[in-house]
Formats: sequence, structure tokens, C-alpha cells
Amino acid sequence: MATMVQAIRMALHVGEERLGVTDVFGQDLGPPLGGVFTQSQGIKCSWNSPLDERGIIGCAIGLALAGARPVCEIQFCDYAYNIIDLLKLGGGMYWSSNGQWNLPLVMMTPVGSGIHGSIYHSHSFDATATHIPGWKIVMPSNPRDAYGLMLSAIADPNPVMFLAPKALLRAKALPGEEIPGEPDERALSKMIDAPLGDRSKWTPSWPATPDLFIPIGKASTVRPGRDVTCVAYGRMVPLCKKAADELASDGIDVEVIDLRTLIPYDWEHLRESISRTGRVLFVNEDTEVTNFGEHLLRRTVEELFYQLLAPPRLLAGAFVPGVGLADALDTASVPQKTEISSVLRELARHQP
Amino acid sequence: MSTTPIQEHFYPDTKLSPDVLIRLHELMLRSRLLEERLIRMQKQGDGYFWIGGPGEEAFNVALGLLVDKGRGPAHDYLHLHYRSSATMVAMGIDPADAMRQMKNTATDPYSGGRNFVNHYSIPEWNVVPVSSPIEVQFSMAPGTALVQKRFGGRGITIVQGGDAGTAEGDFASCLIWATRPGMELPVLMIVTNNEFGISTPAAEQHGEKRIADRGKAFGMQTAVVDGNDPETAYLGIKQAMDYVRSERRPFLLEAKVSRLYGHSSSSGANFVTGESDCLAKFEKRLEERGILSRQKMDELRVQETQALLEMSKRVRTEPQPKGPTIYDHVFAPTEVGGEAKARQDAMCAVANPAAINNKEQS
Repeated sequence: MATMVQAIRMALHVGEERLGVTDVFGQDLGPPLGGVFTQSQGIKCSWNSPLDERGIIGCAIGLALAGARPVCEIQFCDYAYNIIDLLKLGGGMYWSSNGQWNLPLVMMTPVGSGIHGSIYHSHSFDATATHIPGWKIVMPSNPRDAYGLMLSAIADPNPVMFLAPKALLRAKALPGEEIPGEPDERALSKMIDAPLGDRSKWTPSWPATPDLFIPIGKASTVRPGRDVTCVAYGRMVPLCKKAADELASDGIDVEVIDLRTLIPYDWEHLRESISRTGRVLFVNEDTEVTNFGEHLLRRTVEELFYQLLAPPRLLAGAFVPGVGLADALDTASVPQKTEISSVLRELARHQP
Repeated sequence: MSTTPIQEHFYPDTKLSPDVLIRLHELMLRSRLLEERLIRMQKQGDGYFWIGGPGEEAFNVALGLLVDKGRGPAHDYLHLHYRSSATMVAMGIDPADAMRQMKNTATDPYSGGRNFVNHYSIPEWNVVPVSSPIEVQFSMAPGTALVQKRFGGRGITIVQGGDAGTAEGDFASCLIWATRPGMELPVLMIVTNNEFGISTPAAEQHGEKRIADRGKAFGMQTAVVDGNDPETAYLGIKQAMDYVRSERRPFLLEAKVSRLYGHSSSSGANFVTGESDCLAKFEKRLEERGILSRQKMDELRVQETQALLEMSKRVRTEPQPKGPTIYDHVFAPTEVGGEAKARQDAMCAVANPAAINNKEQS
């Protein structure tokens, strides 16, 4: 059972071996560390950049302009705020040149709370990212999706942001979330996790790595249900799934949808589900004001108003400057399972 | 790797051949007249905004003549700014295309009417899209240079910005990324110093005497040239380029230039007296040396002016882009199609627990 970070690592390996990835770079991505979350251990084309986010994304754009296929990383999305204009420039390159220059690059960055990262290691980036046209934005919630979305991101001729929910990076795959053919947990670790200490002579032994492309723009129903639609992505997906499973004992049947791709998002998938249940909750952990879920909510109201049986709801992070370090502050900052359950229950019981 | 010692001031007494001087003059004149035509177009309502580089022709034409023009890493990559029009003229653009961008027509080959004038984009010549935010090109230049470093050959990356923009972190990024020990990059960093940042004089902006000196802290070869003298500029650029091409290491070149029509149409785009006019000075020198007569230069001016006027009349009749085309080119078409798409869909079905559930239920 691969963890998400192992899945990303295997996908980067596929990228450099079969999909033309030329560079995997960023702060600490090269040897000896292989990424602060170990995501690039054993990747041959990985290298350490200067500690310079603008330089990282700028260099990635330059590489892509010259025909390379880079995957770069901003070590934490909290540090991507000083590259917004370069993200805008990269996202606009194809459009502003009237289709002359496309940028086949991937920018990966860990996002969200859940590891007690305090003020500058817990931000979410989805609302900001979705406000920058020209980027495709993916955010997996399990190892298999992480693997498949990364392959698709690499293969895509456009700039793709790969938002990695950091709280899930080391979570093990649940049954049904494996990469086909992957070795068991111990064997896989022995093959691709770099040893502690001297790594200078270590090389990974990669397992079979299938061409598992999870298409960009396709949502996934992770739990079918008839009463309420719950739309989430990233770290919120397993929380919503747990809440839904628990509510089932009360006879409330929640359908949980993992959006997987934020841009371009799978509206048809959402429309079908919301039309069927008449009730919807959007969940994410970015701050609630001008939140991406608000956009989905607005579209729901505009297009599905007469099919709704209850006011659509959004659960999101508190609109405060950061995520606090103390446990109570951390949990108060972003949606928790009890809150999700509570709103789902309200929605299910709401009578028009 | 050996490094070639560089004189800080280039070939002050070296003379270029008359043929090169005549070519320089012709292109400088065309560039100037094009910019003046663009300004006129803007003032006549044939465009919303003008920004460009009249006053920089001596340096920029020389640069354009020295570029190794082509597509891909074997040739030079250009990360220019919106004052680089003379470089483009020297490289051989059709001046009508600059007018098309000014008039934001559908026929504008650089942006289809989406971007300001002098924001060039020519994949066939490695001219990457010019951006309005200043200095961001200095962040991108290491990327193209890295590809060229790996590729080998003599292709280099040329990145150009103004003096005020060197206050941006992107300039520091380029200095750092281009000079990492053992990973030096073939980048020619050019600062065209007109001593203004929109309305702010250089003296109020930065304290260093020579911007080029900032490269010294990084072990870079540096130089300052008189960018208003096409001969000095030509030879200076050539020497810097030769160094970057052969040594595969960066060079920081500062060119002192004039700004003859202010910052942009936002500051009026009127001729500024008191600035040194590189074209007027060059024409005087050519006349004194007996290379071109005043009459010949006047005739050329009339001829070029007329040609540009005719072009602008023609461009005026060309169509504007249609509103719904804003949705074109947001994303490049994905390469996944046909068999690969079918395979991808099949993979997705396998990867989708809902699909598995549905199968199990049926």
C-alpha cells in the first residue's frame, strides 16, 4: 500500500522515464534530502534550486518555453504568494500569445492544514489558484489518484498545479486506493524509500509502474448515496467519507464526490448528483470568503435552483489570517468531521 | 573552465565597415520612424496605448543584427521588454505587424489583438512573449539558458530590462541562478539604463554608480557601454555575446541610453528635449565621414515615412477580433486523444471506485 508521497514519487519516476520529464526541481528536491516530504527521493533528474520561489517558477517557465518538461515545487503553498504574478504570466502565456506558446509544466505544492504547521505551513491555495486562469488544478485525496493525476499533469501540454494535501501525504492507501500491481507496504518501502544516513550509494528499485492516467477534469464518486451530495477535495474527502459512513447508521445516505480537478471542474458530474439528491454541501479548508466552493454554490443556485430541496451549504476554513498552532486553534480553523456530519444531517432533514 | 579577460570599455577606436554602418543607419531610421508612426496612431485613436523604445535604436538595432535568429536551443532565446522594438526591426519583422498590434487587430501576429503594442511573441525566432510587468523576464531567462547549457552549441539566452526594474527581485534571481558554481548559464543580461523609472529619476531609485557592478559580486564579467553610439554598442554586444557563446557563462552588460518620448502614452509620448538623440548624432557622423550624404538620408527618411504611412492605412482596414474569441486558447489541446484517450478512459474506470461499485451492483 503506497502512501501518497510514495505514489507521487513513483509518478515522477514514470515522468522522467516515459513521459519526457527533464527536471524535477525546487528547494531540497535533489539529493540528499529528496524533498522535505521525500517526494523526489531517487528521481534521477531532481535537483536543488536556490531558495527562491520566483526563480523556481520563472525557471520552470523558461524551461518549458525552450521545450523541456519540468516539474517544479514550491515547498509549501504558503510561499507561493510571492509568485502570483509569475503564475498569472504562466497561466496567460498560451492565451496572450494567441495560442503560440504553451507551457507543459507542473508546479506541485503541499497545501492545507493537519500537520500542526502553524501560520506559514498550513495555508490552503485552492481559492487563489482557481483565480488564475490558464492553469489546470488538481488535488488528489488518495495515493492512486495522486499517481494518476500526476501522470496526467505531466502529460498535459498546459501548466498544471498539483496541490498535495500535506496531511494525507503519509497516509496509507485504503482498500481500493492502490496503484495496480504495487508491492506490499514493506516491500515497497524497501524498494523506494531512501535509507537514513549516507544515501550517496543508494539507488531505488522501482516496482512496476502502470500507465494509470486519471483524467484531468473528471470527478469521482467515492461513496454513492441518495439523500445529500457532499462535494470535497483533498484532505476533506476522507473526512467527508467518514462522516457519511457514520450517518448511514442513522439512515442518512450521503453521496460523496471527490472533485479531484478544480480547474477544469467536472460540473456534469456535480449537476447529475445534486439534481438527484436535491441537497448539497461543499467542503474545503480554504478560507470561506471568496472561496472556490462559493463559486460551485453560486452555480448550483443559478442552474439547479428549482431542483433543490434545501439551501445549498458551504463549509470552509475560518476567514482569519492563519491556522493556529495549538490543537484547539488548528481544529477551529478548518472544517472537522463533527461539523461536516452536523451540516449533512441538517441538510438531510431539511424540508422545503 | 577558462575565462577571457574583458576590457570594461569596448573598442572605442574600432571602426565598423561602411556597409555595416549603412545597415545600422537604415534600421535605426526605420525603427525610429516606426515608433513615431505608432505614437501617431495612438494619438489618432488607432490604438489605446503606446509604449516603446525610441532613443534606444543604436543599441537595440546592433543587438538585433547580432542575434542568432532561429527556433530551438541551437539559436538565441530572447526575453525582451517593450522597449526592444528596434531589435525586432533589425531582426526583420514586418513593421505592419507592430501596427497591427497597436491597432489590436485580429491580424496581429503576436497576440491577436490581446496585448499592447511592442509586446512581441515569435516562436520561430525564439522571441518569447514580452510582458508588461517589468523584470519578470529575468526570472525566466535561466530556464531557457539551462536548456541551452545542456544542448551545447553556441546558442545563448538574451534577457533585457530597464534600470528601474533592477530593483525587482527577479533581477537578483537571474544573477544568482546564472552564476551557481559549476552550473553557470549562457545568459547575456542586458540593462538598458535610461535613468528613469516612469517618472522617478535613477538618482532617487538606486545608489550604485554602475548597475553592471552588481554582477561583480557574482563573479560575472560585466561592462558598461554607450548605448547611444551604434558602433560602440555593436562591438560591445559582440564581445559580450562572443564570451557567453564560447565560455557558456553569463555576462552583465549595461547600456546607457536615452528615452526620447517619455515613458509611454501615459506620460504624453511627446519628444523630450535635452536627451541625446542617437540617430541624429549618428547621421551627423556618417555625413562627416562621407559615408552617407544628408540628401541621401533625407530621401531615405521620406521613403520610409511614406511606406509606413501606407502600411498604417492598410492596417486600419483590417478586422478586429470578435468578442467570443476570448475563449480561444485558454488551454492548449491535450495531446491525449484517440487510442491514448480510450486507454485513459479505461484506466479511469478502473480507478474510479464508483465504477467498481456500479459494476458490482449490476
